[in-house]
This record gives sequence, C-alpha cells and structure tokens, in this order.
Amino acid sequence: MSHAEHPPYLQHHFETAEQQFDAGKLGIWLFLATEILLFGGLFCAYAIYRANHPEIFVYAHHYLDKTLGGTNTVILLCSSLTMAWAVRASQLGQRKLLVLLLVLTLLGGAGFMGIKYVEYQQKWKHGLLPGAHFAPHDEGIEAAAPEKPIAPLAGGGADRTTIPPSAEGPAGTVPPASADLSLREGPTRRPSNVQIFFSIYFLMTGLHGIHVLVGMIAIGWILVRSLRGHFGPDYFTPVDFVGLYWHLVDLIWIFLFPLLYLIG
Amino acid sequence: MTPHAQARVGHVVPLRVLVGVLATLLVMTYVTVEVSRHDFGRFNLWIALGVAVFKASLVLLFFMHLKYDKPFNAVIVITSLAFLMLFIVIALQDTVAYRPQQIPGYGPSIKTNPK
Repeated sequence: MSHAEHPPYLQHHFETAEQQFDAGKLGIWLFLATEILLFGGLFCAYAIYRANHPEIFVYAHHYLDKTLGGTNTVILLCSSLTMAWAVRASQLGQRKLLVLLLVLTLLGGAGFMGIKYVEYQQKWKHGLLPGAHFAPHDEGIEAAAPEKPIAPLAGGGADRTTIPPSAEGPAGTVPPASADLSLREGPTRRPSNVQIFFSIYFLMTGLHGIHVLVGMIAIGWILVRSLRGHFGPDYFTPVDFVGLYWHLVDLIWIFLFPLLYLIG
Repeated sequence: MTPHAQARVGHVVPLRVLVGVLATLLVMTYVTVEVSRHDFGRFNLWIALGVAVFKASLVLLFFMHLKYDKPFNAVIVITSLAFLMLFIVIALQDTVAYRPQQIPGYGPSIKTNPK
C-alpha cells in the first residue's frame, strides 16, 4: 500500500477514514465518561451535605445571584449552539462560517468567565469564602441582600439540620443546650457551618470554570487550524471532538445552576 | 485511485433541529427559574432535577449527536451515568443509615441524656 493512496489526515494504522473517526470518537466518549465521574464525586458530596444539613443550603443559596447565574446559563447554552453549528459548518465545508461560529463560541466562553469573575469577586468582598476563610461581613451581606426574605429556619420540617455540629455534641466543647439555638435565633440568623456550602460552591463552580478555560484553549486551537483551512467535509474530526467536550461542560452547568442557585 | 477522498463520516444535523433544541433549552431554563420562585416543598428539587435531566438529554441527543451515532457511544454514557447514580444513591443511603451514630446522643433512635 503506497502513501499516495492515503489522504493526508488518515493515519497509517487505520484502514479507512470512518474507522479512524469512530475510534477517535470512542476515545473521546470514554474521556467524557471519566469527566462525568470526576464531577460525580463533587455531586455526591453535594448530595450528602445537603441531605444532612438542608438548612445551610436553604440559607446560603440566597447569597448567589440568580440573575448572573441565569445569564451565564443562557450564554453557555447559546455557545453550545454555535459550537454544534460550527461542527455542521465544518462538515459542509463552510469555512468562513466555521471561523465566525468558533469566534462566537469563544466569546461565549469569555463572557461566562467574565460573569463568573464578577460573582467570585462579590463573594470575596463579602467574606463568603470556603472553609477556614469564611468570614462574612454583615454589612457586606446586607448589600448582597437576597431578593426575597430568608425563609424562617425555626422548627422541624425538611429544612432542619439532622446532624448538629460536633462541638455541640455531648462530648463537644459547647454545652448541648445551645445545640439548636442557631435554629431558633430568628429568620435572618445564620445557621452553623454555612462555610460548608461555600466550600462546595467554590469547588464545583471552580472545577467547572477550569473546564471552561480548557475548552476555550481547545477552541482557540481549532480556530487557528480552521483559519489555515485544515477542515472540510472529509476531515472535521478535531472540531467534532472539541465540540463534544464543550457540550459536556455545558451539560455539567445545566445541573450546577439549579442545584446551587435555585434550590432552596 | 483515492477511495478515501470522498469518505464522509458522521452525521450533519439540520440547522432547524439545532435552533429548535436551543429554543427548547432556553424555555426550560426560564421554566426552572420561574418554578424556583414558588414553594412546592420537596417537589422543587424533583422539578429542578427533572428539567435538568430533560435539558441534558437534549444536549446529548442532538448537540452531541448521540441520536445519530454508533450506539456504543451511548452505551458508554449510560453506563457512566448508571455508575454515578449507584455511587450517589449508595453513599446517601450509607450516610442516612449511620446518621444516628454520627453524633451520639442526637440520633432520633438513640435515647441518651445529654445532661
């Protein structure tokens, strides 16, 4: 078999372009499966902490800006369309359209990260940080006021914590009598351990944000190659695979947005 | 003789399908935000998750071509999601089962006098 029979994009170890495409696609889907499981660990942490301390999530989600989060959802969904359309354009050999759509997708990613930056900056300013760095300033929290009054935390029901902080247990450092004080202190008081929510929030949105950045780098690479005219109906594999990754990032945000911003 | 030059792989999704999917996704986003403004008790969580699963299915089927793809790719996705579900459900059951022992004295089933 001579080299002349091979189109330039077909590797020697594949029989046909279709075999090469299918093998690559299988590899990408396996990679995406590992990505699902990577985020799965964080979703599992979310589920467990939410099941044990629902009042923390009800309280803290009021400090996330639904408008910014919703805008980011719309931006990411639109950039998913432009990416899917870019794959179509490369399949049909519409090179100028492909470049335009990739630029739009890249802009969508940049817009998403820009809004994310604004949100993180607000959290930082108000001391709403994860773990040991959690130090909310009250005036800051007033400024970040939730759009509706925070629901009362008192009483039983689904919103009551099922496990008090260990310091308040019988062997803890705080008298047990104060164990559920935090739940009786009134509608606007903070429940204990709100930092757990912000740890989960920053980990989940942070890991997602890193994925958006990686996706933008990959799209930039595809953009450069499409400017050089590398892609057409016969060979659009990299566009398709980067597209799949970008859609997965969108997919994860589809779950993050309601679970963090909306559920209360 | 270039048998590969004409090789066409993959499936071209019609533009109106892509735009239709985006429109549905945006409508569902509006629905899930609107639902969150009302209190349906425990159902808020299930409505939000249902909408998210529906949106995710649309993205998988049309944007990610699974509907037109070799079924083996769908098998990979479904398998990973099944294991994810197992992971979360078993971990949740575990944490619920051990809850009474996590802080002795505060479990509903354990009667101790914390005085």
